[in-house]
Amino acid sequence: MTTPANLKYTKLHEWVKEEVDGSVTVGITHHAQEMLGDLVFVEAPTVGRQVKQGEECAVVESVKAAADVYAPLSGEVLAVNPELAGAPEMINADAYAAWIFKLKPNSPAEFGGLLDAAAYQTIADAEQH
Amino acid sequence: MPFIPHTEDDVRAMLAAIGVQSIDDLFDEIPAALRSRGLQHVPPGVSEMDITRLMHERAVQDGFYLNFIGAGAYEHHIPAAVWQIATRGEFYSAYTPYQAEASQGTLQLLYEYQTMMTLLTGMDVTNASLYDGASALAEAVLMAVRTHKSSKRVLMPLTVPPVYRKVVRTLVKDQNIELVPVPYANTQGHTDLLTLQQYAGQDFAALVMPQPNFFGVIEPSDEIAAWAKQNGMLTIALVNPISLALLRPPGEWGADIVVGEGQPLGVPLASGGPYFGFMACREQYVRQMPGRIVGATQDVEGKVGYTLTLQAREQHIRRSKATSNICTNQGLAVTAATIYMALLGPEGLARVAQASHANTLALSQKLAAVPGVKRAFVTPMFHEFVLQLDAPAGSVLQAMRTQGILGGVTLAHDYPELGEAILVCVTETKNAADLDLYVQALSAALQSTTNSGRHSWLM
Repeated sequence: MTTPANLKYTKLHEWVKEEVDGSVTVGITHHAQEMLGDLVFVEAPTVGRQVKQGEECAVVESVKAAADVYAPLSGEVLAVNPELAGAPEMINADAYAAWIFKLKPNSPAEFGGLLDAAAYQTIADAEQH
Repeated sequence: MPFIPHTEDDVRAMLAAIGVQSIDDLFDEIPAALRSRGLQHVPPGVSEMDITRLMHERAVQDGFYLNFIGAGAYEHHIPAAVWQIATRGEFYSAYTPYQAEASQGTLQLLYEYQTMMTLLTGMDVTNASLYDGASALAEAVLMAVRTHKSSKRVLMPLTVPPVYRKVVRTLVKDQNIELVPVPYANTQGHTDLLTLQQYAGQDFAALVMPQPNFFGVIEPSDEIAAWAKQNGMLTIALVNPISLALLRPPGEWGADIVVGEGQPLGVPLASGGPYFGFMACREQYVRQMPGRIVGATQDVEGKVGYTLTLQAREQHIRRSKATSNICTNQGLAVTAATIYMALLGPEGLARVAQASHANTLALSQKLAAVPGVKRAFVTPMFHEFVLQLDAPAGSVLQAMRTQGILGGVTLAHDYPELGEAILVCVTETKNAADLDLYVQALSAALQSTTNSGRHSWLM
């Protein structure tokens, strides 16, 4: 699967989509779900929680591992994807459609630190080998 | 899983394979100065015949007592079949096998154990056991704090056994968790809503609810659990498993996590251990539950198989973020408990509980006629009660001991406000004659202690 060019990424395998209303939508990348294997549980953050950039705010658990999902930007958690509670495998099926949470960012300056698709692809490729 | 030792040939072959002369050579890197040069205070070995004789002589020195001490560890009749079966080679391994699924029998037993405990507690999930009752309570406190997320404060009634409160304090004190003691109602010996009201509206992660409590008293657990829920906290039930055959399961009175000491289920007193702790919870909290959980599944041929499940919570995967780093279970004690429960069944367990309760009631009624003795709390109890004496508790217990009776434990240290108080336990192991012996011994002990007290005062 190609890494969508309209998204931003973190080194820790989150994708970030900037929405028109200024919020951002966050998920984990195709590469991340592939490394984890079949997901069985997603622990989402509490709506309303203030998170700092790089802070652990969700957990994705597969049959063989559990991994933290980090806040790509500082901000307030606006929403979590209600469908994931009953169907975590949606992330395996399409990692870029199955979002985990939405944030209202506090600090636009932090956007600059996110990776573009090409830069992230380089990191993911390096891990594959 | 049988224990198969290495023969000398095996050891030689293994050493040869890695090019080492002797096992001692493997420890070469430990400097000589750090090595122990033999154990100087250990006497030389003796024959089996001699050691048996020595142990018999020592055992006689221990004496034989009629035991009325409970306070957390309880003497119950253990059918001979329990340990006959538990010590079969296939079971006689006290640890979780490392290649767990290779030991289907062990996993099946643990699965049966979990099922029985889940039914007994009225919860959704039980783990494969923890170290003991006190550390299980500490784990429940940690679990409640993880689940709650915003608060690190827990209400800890003084009716929780003092030893448990100490263990919990030790295990959680370096994690910024605050344990707030809750006083008990003086005349009833249990926690009450009036006292709890002062904590209403504050941010607490959980409330611990012992049932029955340390004094043997039945707590008003329904209304207290409801109060905890209203105030946004989880209820951790600390229960005696035998009592659950008579009392309503904690799942029905609003508990979210249930823990306790498993020893009463077929594990001998044995000077304080090994015992085992149990822990059960509602399904919504299972991912915060520590320890191993065995699940049932199907193999490729559709046959039932057992497997460790939800392992992503555990330390070998989650490292420092694991739900606990005490994942050990007490396999052998759990094996005995499972066999004990299977042999007795729900009816047998209820008979044990009923007989214990009836004996306790009978003794307390007989004692009502003894001068200088009164029950501290005249409230419903399970199989223990507190007596207040007109003479020094320690001396009375000592005097009873010389008559072959362990009359209870003194509460002077942990509950000085109760005066000369002792905690007495009666299980199904006692008969009417034993109860009469207790009454006689206590009466005599009170008389002699009071008389000698007067005597020394006159001098």
